[in-house]
Amino acid sequence: MNWKAILRHETILAILVVLALVVLAAQSDRFFTPENLLNQGRLMTEVGLVAIIMTFVIATGGIDLSVGSILGLVAILIGVFWQNLGLPLEAAIGLGLVVGTLAGLFNGFIITRFGVPPLIATLATLALYRGLAEGISEARSVRGYPDWFYVLGQGQVLGVPTQLWILGLVAILAAIVLGLTSWGRATYAIGSNETAARFSGIRVDRVKMAIYAASGFAASLAAVIFVSRVSTTRSDMGTGLELDAITAVVLGGTSIFGGRGTIIGTVLGLIMVQALKNGLSLAGVRGDGTIVLIGAVLILTILISNLFHRDGNR
Amino acid sequence: MTAEAQTLGRREQSWFGRLFAGYGQEIIILGAILLLFVVVWSINPRFISPNNLNTIFSGNAYIAVAAIGMSMVIITGNIDVSVGALIGVLATIAGTIAVSGYPVWVAWTAPILIGIAVNFLVGVLVAYARIPSIVVTLGMLSILRGGLISVTGGAWISNLPPEFLLAQQRPLGIPAPIYFMVGLTILAAFWMRYSAFGRSIYAVGGNPEAARAAGIPIERRIVQVFMIHGAFAGLATILFATQLQVIQSTVPPNLELTVITASVIGGVSILGGSGTVIGSTLAAILFAAIGSALIFVGISAYWLRAVIGLLILATVLADMARRRQAK
Repeated sequence: MNWKAILRHETILAILVVLALVVLAAQSDRFFTPENLLNQGRLMTEVGLVAIIMTFVIATGGIDLSVGSILGLVAILIGVFWQNLGLPLEAAIGLGLVVGTLAGLFNGFIITRFGVPPLIATLATLALYRGLAEGISEARSVRGYPDWFYVLGQGQVLGVPTQLWILGLVAILAAIVLGLTSWGRATYAIGSNETAARFSGIRVDRVKMAIYAASGFAASLAAVIFVSRVSTTRSDMGTGLELDAITAVVLGGTSIFGGRGTIIGTVLGLIMVQALKNGLSLAGVRGDGTIVLIGAVLILTILISNLFHRDGNR
Repeated sequence: MTAEAQTLGRREQSWFGRLFAGYGQEIIILGAILLLFVVVWSINPRFISPNNLNTIFSGNAYIAVAAIGMSMVIITGNIDVSVGALIGVLATIAGTIAVSGYPVWVAWTAPILIGIAVNFLVGVLVAYARIPSIVVTLGMLSILRGGLISVTGGAWISNLPPEFLLAQQRPLGIPAPIYFMVGLTILAAFWMRYSAFGRSIYAVGGNPEAARAAGIPIERRIVQVFMIHGAFAGLATILFATQLQVIQSTVPPNLELTVITASVIGGVSILGGSGTVIGSTLAAILFAAIGSALIFVGISAYWLRAVIGLLILATVLADMARRRQAK
């Protein structure tokens, strides 16, 4: 692994993002306006938070498919804690974040202690957490939150959507942790060669547990913002979120086999996906058509990446 | 252990002990199904009414059929999370052909052929382009799902010709899907156990290096298994699409998860290399029975998914524990 190759992937992606923005701006005069761009940032935040931590997960060679279900579960729990148990909304949100983090920690626990492959472990908890959300909510939705809560998802701070500040903060923190700290080095080491990492004295299980817990926390934070943005809770919230997050991460140059990836890449991947979604819908393509494109982009990116770096074998 | 001691050890085991050693998971599931039926029947006798049995066995046969192909894919060490979307797309294609005045056999054959073609592409991307199957099929899932909704808008296909509705036919008083489920399961089980091709599927998943050394063309085998899986998805589609008088052209929610779960709970190891399709079919029946039982004993159907999620988790953990012991 050399850092020049990484730089190259991100440089190419950055050029592609700029190109896409230019083409989309030329296609529609409603695209390159501050209101539209900021609004797109608003829509990008939930996936963005999850994708940034997913970068760590995938860099260790793992995957977390349960994030969408954790989002749904936490959204439902916030509503239940607040409306049915009568807790203050602040406490309900706090408890929701705790439960979501524990859900992520539980993923980490079954992956590290029982040696269950992350794909299967989180596929099982995907069903479990979504099932709990459905069971607890019984298809009821909770509305009518106090006004201050909507600041998070619908308000602005200094002219920029509130949640974009949060996303920016999380992205910068994550970039520092992954790029500059020993935790980041440990993440790459586990993804490159777990056995070697273990023999080098890295506490592999502890790092992995922390990363899956962080993934659960990111999904819960996304849940809070989601509920605040759409003013209601439903048990099917966040369905398919994992696909969007994984697409952004992989598009951003993180190897699905682990050991490689950066936060800048993921952020560029996010912008690319969101710009394509928005640009296509402005050009008259319906929402479902953009899902097709995202699926195709996901497969093509890895295909091309595998063709260039013939190190994908495992 | 010497060969003599091994023979002795084997002779001391009863026939049941030997059967249990080979088909432990299958016997446990069968026991669970019987237990469930007895318990729920004692609470609510209407559980075993012909109508309900028909719902459980015939109405869910397509899941068992899809799980046969999925089991093969998982045994090679891969996975397919797009099968639910594929069945949704194939059902819409079959229905559209059926109402367009083509002969019924065209409407029945098309989903099988298209299923094979789509999964040929998936198999090539997995085996030759070396993209992990989870990524290829996640991508395929969104392509198929998005494509289906943007083409059809989720419309219903109605006025299906009566002769198209295969799943509603009842030769000798037994619904047709049950013949398919039982027949295909037995056929696939024998083929996988006794044919060279079937054995090689286990070899590819169990130990790819050894399989390669034994002269098995791994890449080609993976593509072939995905194609067979596509054919079973097509067969499952026919059973699924001909159950009712109408076809809703959307993706049945969470179908892929149900199919994967049936395979995994049926004893197909998530790490590849072992498992049988008898187990996956029994597991599909067990799920259907659990879903129905929840309603009959008065538990909200909203909890169904949580129960199934717990079941998957418990089975996966048991599988890992068994593997550790085997080591």
